[in-house]
Amino acid sequence: MRPSAVRLLNILVPVKRSVDFAVKIRVNPEQTGIDLNVKHSMNPFDEIAVEEAVRLRERLKDAVKSIKVVTIGPPKAGETLRTALAMGADSAIHVEIPDGAPLPEPLAVAKTLRALIARQKEGVDVVIMGKQAIDDDAGQTGQMLAGLMDWAQATFASKVEIDTQKKVVNVTREIDGGLEELKCRLPVVITTDLRLNEPRYASLPNIMKAKKKSIEKLSPVDLGVDLAPRLETLKVTEPPKRVGGGKVANVDELLAKLKEAGITGKPA
Amino acid sequence: MLRTTLVRTFSRGYATAASPHALVFLEHQRGKLDSASLSALTAASQLGGKVTGLIVGTAEELPPVLEQAKRARGLDTLLHAASPQYSTPLPETITPLFEKLLSEQSPFTHVVSAHSSSAKSILPRVAAKLDLPAVSDITSVQHDQSSNSTTFTRPIYAGNAISTVRASKSIPIKFFTVRSTAFSAAAPADAEARIESIDAVPIADPSTEHISTSLTKSDRPDLGVASRVVSGGRALKNAETFKATLDPLADVLGAAVGASRAAVDAGYADNSLQVGQTGKVVAPELYMAIGISGAIQHLAGMKDSKLIVAINKDPDAPIFQIADVGLVADLYEVVPEMVAKLKQ
Repeated sequence: MRPSAVRLLNILVPVKRSVDFAVKIRVNPEQTGIDLNVKHSMNPFDEIAVEEAVRLRERLKDAVKSIKVVTIGPPKAGETLRTALAMGADSAIHVEIPDGAPLPEPLAVAKTLRALIARQKEGVDVVIMGKQAIDDDAGQTGQMLAGLMDWAQATFASKVEIDTQKKVVNVTREIDGGLEELKCRLPVVITTDLRLNEPRYASLPNIMKAKKKSIEKLSPVDLGVDLAPRLETLKVTEPPKRVGGGKVANVDELLAKLKEAGITGKPA
Repeated sequence: MLRTTLVRTFSRGYATAASPHALVFLEHQRGKLDSASLSALTAASQLGGKVTGLIVGTAEELPPVLEQAKRARGLDTLLHAASPQYSTPLPETITPLFEKLLSEQSPFTHVVSAHSSSAKSILPRVAAKLDLPAVSDITSVQHDQSSNSTTFTRPIYAGNAISTVRASKSIPIKFFTVRSTAFSAAAPADAEARIESIDAVPIADPSTEHISTSLTKSDRPDLGVASRVVSGGRALKNAETFKATLDPLADVLGAAVGASRAAVDAGYADNSLQVGQTGKVVAPELYMAIGISGAIQHLAGMKDSKLIVAINKDPDAPIFQIADVGLVADLYEVVPEMVAKLKQ
């Protein structure tokens, strides 16, 4: 436990290197996964998480003591950490796994993060991470980490306000059909929704500076975690192809097509 | 520790090899059972074993919901727990109840819910507490009793690939959330489920407090379950034009209104109307994409619709590659024309 007199926040931001969102992915012929020989970048929701951490410091100034980013991934995931450092994170941890190794499942990632949090001498008060990665689309890691730590959780955040004195955070969440506001006691796990912020571009000077920031390298063994998948992926296939039905020339033809499909006025 | 885990796994495996028993988290709002939960119930029934429902809420809101739920097809038993703390079921307050239900002597082999914003916040937390993985947003499920394994399919990469995954018997309780558009809602049945009250697990001084909820008011059908959806994109210019153009068409068709991310980000429509990988996934009878180019993230949310109609000025817009009926035209001319002709 930290001494409780000074309230300085330590923020941890887990990020994932994933296939760039604009890439049209292709399933490999062996049906074991997709062709990964394509452009990768930081998972878009994680960019929002890094941006939010940096903005928290801009708002709360000295009350934020550190912003540490962490990734679990192959050697190339180091580039993703550099991007986060260039956006304003202070330091980084890279839990390295071999090239071609299966990406760990959310529960294994959450356990790795738990092990990393345990190693932070000054503790961690806020974990901010993306609500889902756009590769596996699981959306579980944040909730699992909060469960493992027995911390408060605020998923799908679109607004975050931290009161450092009271050690609470007010979070507006996007829920089905609207918004919900929660008040969570720190420490907390927050997962970011799209509308939390607009991530900044790293400037060239900051990219240069980021090269000097430290990246601590660890292995899953150092952390005592087992990253082997527990669910078996039997195969990965193309979704059924949808074929366009061609174009019509005008509204009358369009309405005729609707009528053919049994759609006229309001549904019965 | 290791030993107890082993014993537990073994005894559970032995006890449950006979038949699966699913626990389905049923959600409700304002006294009405969620249709997405009824789809989750259908998925749970496909496991081929017993199905128990779980409903939580305040003592006042539960009776009408139980009345609806007990007649849902496939449900054998309906558990309910009442507590003021469950008026908005937060993951922090509801997880201990799940932990109690799933502790040592638990009969449950599967834990199932809709892939709703509430349940997808809760289930992974519970799974992690029990040191178990979870499978998100499944579109099919098949249980093999002899090997006690369950196989799922689920979309990955924004629906551009379908992954088939198997949870083997080494995972004693299989957690999964269900994509509601992939399963029909459980119909009412003649038989009634056995209703059983269980004790709430009160949490002293919870770490999270619910402050407020603001739901977007709408007279239209709910986007997630509507049989027809009229969706607008960035081409709608602004919030006023969006409403003025799409609302009459939605009204004449009895459709829900949706939006692309571009339209939502630009402030033309509310967040809750977003269709796509990061918004709602819909699969209505009719999906009309108006002024939407058709980015992969948007297609991920609507490409399972029965009939897709696209109206766009740009003949090369990717949406035309998947649309069943495409019209290259200025939406400001053709949408009012459609409304007028549909009214006739």
